[in-house]
Amino acid sequence: MTYIAKPRLHHPSLVPNKVGYTRRDYEGKISTLCAGCGHDSISAAIVQACWQLDIEPHRVAKMSGIGCSSKTPDYFLGASHGFNSVHGRMPSVLTGAYLANRELLYLGVSGDGDSASIGIGQFVHAVRRGVRMVYIVENNGVYGLTKGQFSATADRGSKSKRGVVNHDSPVDLVALALQLGATYVARGFSGDKEQLVPLIEGALRHGGVAFIDVVSPCVTFNNHAGSTKSYDYVREHNEAVNRIDFIDAGSPILGTPAPSGVIEVPQPDGSVLRLRKLDAAHDATDRRAAMDHVQALQAHGEIPTGLLFVDAQAGELHDALNTVPQALSSLGDDRLCPGAAVLAGINGSLR
Amino acid sequence: MKRLEAVNDFVIKFANVNGSGSASANELFAKAILRMGVPVSPRNIFPSNIQGLPTWYEVRVSERGWLGRRGGIDMMVAMNPQTWDTDLREIEPGGYLFYDSTKPLPASAFRDDIAVIGMPVTAICNATYEDARQRTLFKNIMVLGALSRLLDVDAAVIEKLLGEQYRGKEKLLESNLRALQAGRSFAGDHIKVPVGLRVRRADAVGERIFVDGNTAAGLGCVYGGATVCAWYPITPSTSVVEAFQKYCQKFRHDADTGEARYAIVQAEDEIASIGMVTGAGWNGARAFTATSGPGVSLMTEFIGLAYFAEIPVTIIDVQRGGPSTGMPTRTQQADLLAAAYASHGDTKHVLLLPQDPRECFDFAAQALDLADRLQTPVFVMTDLDIGMNQRLCEPFAWDDGRRYDRGKVLSAAELEAGREFARYKDVDGDGIPWRTLPGTHPTKGAYFTRGSTRDAHARYSEAGPDYIYNVQRLLKKFATAAERVPQPVLRPAKRPTRLGVIYFGSTAPAMEEALESLSAAQIHLDALRLRAFPFPAGVREFVENHDHVFVVEQNRDAQMRTLLINELEVDPAWLIKVLHYDGTPITARFITEAITTHVHALAVAPRRERLPT
Repeated sequence: MTYIAKPRLHHPSLVPNKVGYTRRDYEGKISTLCAGCGHDSISAAIVQACWQLDIEPHRVAKMSGIGCSSKTPDYFLGASHGFNSVHGRMPSVLTGAYLANRELLYLGVSGDGDSASIGIGQFVHAVRRGVRMVYIVENNGVYGLTKGQFSATADRGSKSKRGVVNHDSPVDLVALALQLGATYVARGFSGDKEQLVPLIEGALRHGGVAFIDVVSPCVTFNNHAGSTKSYDYVREHNEAVNRIDFIDAGSPILGTPAPSGVIEVPQPDGSVLRLRKLDAAHDATDRRAAMDHVQALQAHGEIPTGLLFVDAQAGELHDALNTVPQALSSLGDDRLCPGAAVLAGINGSLR
Repeated sequence: MKRLEAVNDFVIKFANVNGSGSASANELFAKAILRMGVPVSPRNIFPSNIQGLPTWYEVRVSERGWLGRRGGIDMMVAMNPQTWDTDLREIEPGGYLFYDSTKPLPASAFRDDIAVIGMPVTAICNATYEDARQRTLFKNIMVLGALSRLLDVDAAVIEKLLGEQYRGKEKLLESNLRALQAGRSFAGDHIKVPVGLRVRRADAVGERIFVDGNTAAGLGCVYGGATVCAWYPITPSTSVVEAFQKYCQKFRHDADTGEARYAIVQAEDEIASIGMVTGAGWNGARAFTATSGPGVSLMTEFIGLAYFAEIPVTIIDVQRGGPSTGMPTRTQQADLLAAAYASHGDTKHVLLLPQDPRECFDFAAQALDLADRLQTPVFVMTDLDIGMNQRLCEPFAWDDGRRYDRGKVLSAAELEAGREFARYKDVDGDGIPWRTLPGTHPTKGAYFTRGSTRDAHARYSEAGPDYIYNVQRLLKKFATAAERVPQPVLRPAKRPTRLGVIYFGSTAPAMEEALESLSAAQIHLDALRLRAFPFPAGVREFVENHDHVFVVEQNRDAQMRTLLINELEVDPAWLIKVLHYDGTPITARFITEAITTHVHALAVAPRRERLPT
């Protein structure tokens, strides 16, 4: 239960990062999800990524909707403000928060019910608007909290725990994000932390819409034979197209030529994202080619993972709106109110 | 036939076709009279359509300053054959019909108890202009010219207004002036029907301004410090955001960088609009949305979250006729219950009830303060009648010494100094807890916001006592709200009376006029104009101090009366319904007649025993 305080005793071997926090400082309350839930691995990956990137926890706002996945922001970054909002509506709440204060990092966590069913409209519009955010969907193809109904990402032909075969086509959030203009689109697997942590790091450093679809098996309702979102199935069909390495600004490696099979994508913070190709046919810097290749792999029953697309020229909504660099929420009366003299002029024009 | 005769006291109605460019000429007509020092109150009556359907512009000229709709038409400018029959029927006996006589009409098309003025406007325009568009546009100006001659509207004033309108576009101005003059000459030379309606210069306008409520509300949001606006287009509220945008473009861009100190997002629907406003309010920005009834319906889940999670939200609801799509271009006060109790579970919200554009400005700015102070949704309940019609009202005012009330927000310094933070604890006895904003302090003040139950420290809890503590505190906060909202305005009767009347919002001008005519007929009523919900203490006193209280409102179900009965737990028999809900603005005639009828009935059978005084 969440009200049980997690012991904050630090192991002496825990190392503080550049901003003085140990990994434990990025943790949250004890998870109330089922033992073995993929979502908890994602929370752990977020903790790891934030610690490694030296992010100050209070500079992150965690936003979520409703569902198992949406509970998880309580289980990481306990020193960050969090907002567990309305089912399917995290994107709009995140957008509003982002409009109010562009200086924070926005981490949205959602599920497949939240983002592909009730909130698909909000998902679509937040992506096409270019809200600077990390948007993680913890995708298990099933409604967990209400005990095992198919979600909209369940594959056609996959079988529920009760033996029902799904006859509806799945919503492919990766394909949607690519089509809608997301500038960082990735897919991960909660069972592959080694791949997932760099994907989250890349998303946190990205200056635009960063979307990660994380296949995250539901151990209670969707981990059986016949499911296409079980640990076994995903392990068998996981097709990683690349691996990410980061080279930080100031690192001596920066500037050395990339080895063959590696492409480099400069990041807004001056660092470089190096993508080591595992699948030579996948070009993650060409949106149309990436869409095509992802579709081709999926048509063969594979689950393509990795950084599927990245645009080095990411833009964000605040740029489009040309807002001041400071948080709008920080502006005082003097910068917002035109004052009485101006009002007298307006009155004069209305007579 | 006795012709109507009146100076500075008549109603003229223009019947036009939507999209024919009549609006601008009609507005010139109203503004010219205003510039002559005579109050006018115009009303657009328009369809949900861009081009082709009938539209009307009704102007009441009243030196005495009555700004409500009067009812009845003294002169009809019938330019729309589609509505000819109904338009004709509306004219008061002895009134005037002005029409385009290009096509001859049989005598049976007219009434014999009205004066008929024909002007072959189309023929004249066709002879004068080549271009089809010019023919239509200048037709309106030509009619304006003729009417100005017939009604004694000063041509110099109209010319000056045209000059202001076409500043820098000399060629356009020139052709407009020519059309105006042509209309005047025609009327002088050819119209021999004596017209008994006249405008005479007066000094009855004073410092007042002429503006629509939506513009005023948009400006109020600029002055009130709103920085985030998320919205979805819906009639009749769209122009609130357009005004906010217009004034922000003028006053909220850095002179040297051009950067904006505001953000406006047109959302994909009203759910997203209110979600964005909620997110922005949670994160410390002053945020608002403008909408109408159907939008409020969509927003209700979020409104409940904002109420329960205690997040500042400002909603400007420009009410229209409901339910469902209802009458999107007609006015009503029918969202009161939907707004006051919006969302599932036990919820109650603050409503502000402006009577005119000036109060739209004041209340929009005040709503942003109240939302921050009370950490809750605040509605500004205006309506189409106020929102989309220009209305004469007191000039906008702002005290430069005023500071925004950002409410109870703990600063980094306060947190650092070790000040206790318990997000949902009532530490000051007013039911309002302290909050922190994301990003304030590295180690102190973070909390998890949720719509589910929590204890005073924002920790998840389904324990009954935690829930009770929280919702009882919300009630205490609501009581605090009653003290902070705009207080009701009392207009005592000239003589002591046991009769009272409660009214609010756009009913005000009609009510004021009705009170005077009732008083002249020896029906005296103390009048209380509500300006907000929850009801301040004075409202209960008012109801208890009168034997019978009329509640005048513009909806079918007596929604304000329901709120009064529910919140004050008063006997429903004390409160008598006066309801107007056909989509047109309520009139003084309607109120006077309804109250007179009731008063006569009460004289026979009083519903309530006289209270000991």
